[in-house]
Amino acid sequence: MVRPDMSRHKEIWVYAEQTAGHLARVGLELLGKASELSDKLGAGLACVLVGYRGEKLASELLSYGVEKVYFVDDPKLEHYQNQAYAGVVADLVEEHRPEIFLFGATEMGEDLAPCIAAKVGTGLTAHCVDLRIEDCDGALILHQTVPGWGGGKRVDIICPRKRPQMATVKPGVFTVPRHKRNAGGKILRVTPQLHEKHFRARTVEVQKGQACERPVEEAEVVVAAGWGVNSLGSLDLVRELSDLLRGAVAGTRPLLDKGLITQDRMIGQSGKVVGPNLFISLGASGAMHFSTGFERAKFVLAVDQNPQAPIFQVADVGIIGDLREVLPCLIEEFRKLKKAM
Amino acid sequence: MDIVVCIKQVPDPDYFSQIVLDPVTKAIRREGIPLIMNPVDRNAIEAALQLQERFSGKVTVLTMGPPQSREALEEGLAMGAEEAVLLCDRAFAGADAFATAYTLAAAIKEFCPFNLVLCGSETVDSGTKMVGPMLAEFLDIPYATNVRAMNFVTEGICLAETAIENGCMKVELGLPALITVNKAINEPRIPTVLGIMQVASKKLLMYGANGLGVPPEKLGLAGSPTRVASLFDFKQKRRLETLRGDPQHVASKAVAKLREWHAV
Repeated sequence: MVRPDMSRHKEIWVYAEQTAGHLARVGLELLGKASELSDKLGAGLACVLVGYRGEKLASELLSYGVEKVYFVDDPKLEHYQNQAYAGVVADLVEEHRPEIFLFGATEMGEDLAPCIAAKVGTGLTAHCVDLRIEDCDGALILHQTVPGWGGGKRVDIICPRKRPQMATVKPGVFTVPRHKRNAGGKILRVTPQLHEKHFRARTVEVQKGQACERPVEEAEVVVAAGWGVNSLGSLDLVRELSDLLRGAVAGTRPLLDKGLITQDRMIGQSGKVVGPNLFISLGASGAMHFSTGFERAKFVLAVDQNPQAPIFQVADVGIIGDLREVLPCLIEEFRKLKKAM
Repeated sequence: MDIVVCIKQVPDPDYFSQIVLDPVTKAIRREGIPLIMNPVDRNAIEAALQLQERFSGKVTVLTMGPPQSREALEEGLAMGAEEAVLLCDRAFAGADAFATAYTLAAAIKEFCPFNLVLCGSETVDSGTKMVGPMLAEFLDIPYATNVRAMNFVTEGICLAETAIENGCMKVELGLPALITVNKAINEPRIPTVLGIMQVASKKLLMYGANGLGVPPEKLGLAGSPTRVASLFDFKQKRRLETLRGDPQHVASKAVAKLREWHAV
C-alpha cells in the first residue's frame, strides 16, 4: 500500500502511451494540465514511458517541459502487454510514490490503469472532464470532476488517503501544450523486473491501421447524425455538409448500433468527447449521454423536427423542421457562404 | 468449463434525465426510475452459455447490490445460467470500483470455483470499465478487456480479439482468466417461456459480509479509496435561439447567425 510521503519531493506523473513508435496525443494533452497542477502543488512533472527503443519518444516528451521521463525499456515490452506493463509501472509507483498519476482513457489506458490502481491499492477516477487542486483542511487534494448519469450531473471525486491519486481523461478534453525549448529534463532508464507470470495474457498481434480519416476529436467542425437521419435514407447529405465544411462525420449510439458509423465516430459519454469550433447535430433528440460528448464545442447548431427535443436546450441555434427539407437548404446556404468568402 | 458472469442492475438510461438532486441533502433521488440488467451483461451471459454448450460445465451469474438486484439475476437464470449468487449487505453500500472488485473477488474465491470470469465491458450508469481489470488483479489472473471475439484453441487457451483505436489486438490467455466482452461478440438470446418457468427451481444464493472472510474495513464505503466530494447539476451555456418556418428562410437565418458569431 502506498501512503502519502511528505518527506520527499512530490511528483505528478503522466503515463505517455505509445504504439509502434508513436506517442498517443492524449498523453501530451495531459502534460498541459499536469503542468498546471504541478505549479499549484509545488510538485515536479514526470512521464512514464514503457516500450522498446523509445529514446526518441522520451526526448520528444522532454521537449514539452517534462522534468523526468521514467523510460522502461525492454524488447519484451515492444507490444503493449497489460500485466507486464502494469507490473513494471506499479513497481515504479511503489518506488517513487507520486502524488498524482494521470492516464489517457484510450482502450489501452482503460485496460491498464485499473490494474495498476488495484496493484498499488489506490483509487482511480475514470473519464475526468476537469482536474484541479483544492485545499481540504490544509491538505492539497486533487478534485476530479466526472459527468454522472448521462451528463446532467457533475460529481467531484477525491481520493483523500491513498496515493497516488489516479485519474483517466478521454482524448480531446485538454489541449496539447506548446513545445518548450531547452527544457533541460532528464531521461531515467529503468530496467524492468519481468517474470513469466507477467505474460499469462500475451499480446500476440497488434493491428493498427492508419486512420483513414482524421480523428473526430481533432476536427474543427463535427457533423453528427442522430436517429432522425433515417428519414433521409442515407448519410449522403450528412457527408456532403461535412465535406463542404471540411468537417468530420459522427453520430449517436443508435447509429453505431445500426452500423451506420464506426465506434471511433460515436459521440457521447461512452464514446468520443469533442470540442470543435462548430458542432452540427442532425436529427438527434439530444439525450444527455449524447450531449455530454460535445459540451466543449464553441457553437452548436441543431436540427430536429420535435420542438420538445432536449437538443434545443444545448444548441446555440436550433432549427425545428424536417431534415429532408432543411438539410438541402443548409447545404445551399453554407455553399453560398463559402463562395462569398 | 465453469464460468462466473458478473452482472449489474442499473437505472434505465432512457430515464437518466428524470434523476434529480434533492435540493436539501444534495443526494441523488432516483425513485421511480426503472431498473434493468446492464445491456452488455447479456452478451457476457450469452458468451458463457455458448461456451458451456461447447465444453459443458456450470454458468453462475453473480452480482452485488440491493435486494431488488435479484431481478437481474433471475433474468440471467431465465437465459440459461444454472445458479445465481447475490451479495447483499448494508456493509457493501457505497463501494467504489475498487471496493466492488475486491468484494466480488472475495466472493468468487469463497463460493464460485471457476475457469473463466466474464463481465460486460462497461455499465451504462457509471461506465468506468474499471471493475473487470481490478477484479482480475484481485483474483491474480490474466485478463483482456473490450473483447469482440473469443476463440478457444483448447479448453484452456483463449485467443481474444480486443478492439482498440483504428485496429485490434490479439491476446492469448491461459485459463483461469477474466474477459470483458463488448456488444459485437454475439447476439444475446431472449429467455424462453420454459427458461422463465425454470427460474423458480434454480438456486439463487444470497450472502452477506459475514461469509466472505474479509475485514469490514475492506468493504463498501470504508473500503473505497475514492469519495464523492460534491454533486451538482450541470447545464451547458448556450444561446438557445430556435428557428422554425420556411426551410430556406430558417437555413439562411441560421447560417447568418453562425457567421455573425464567427462560428464559420
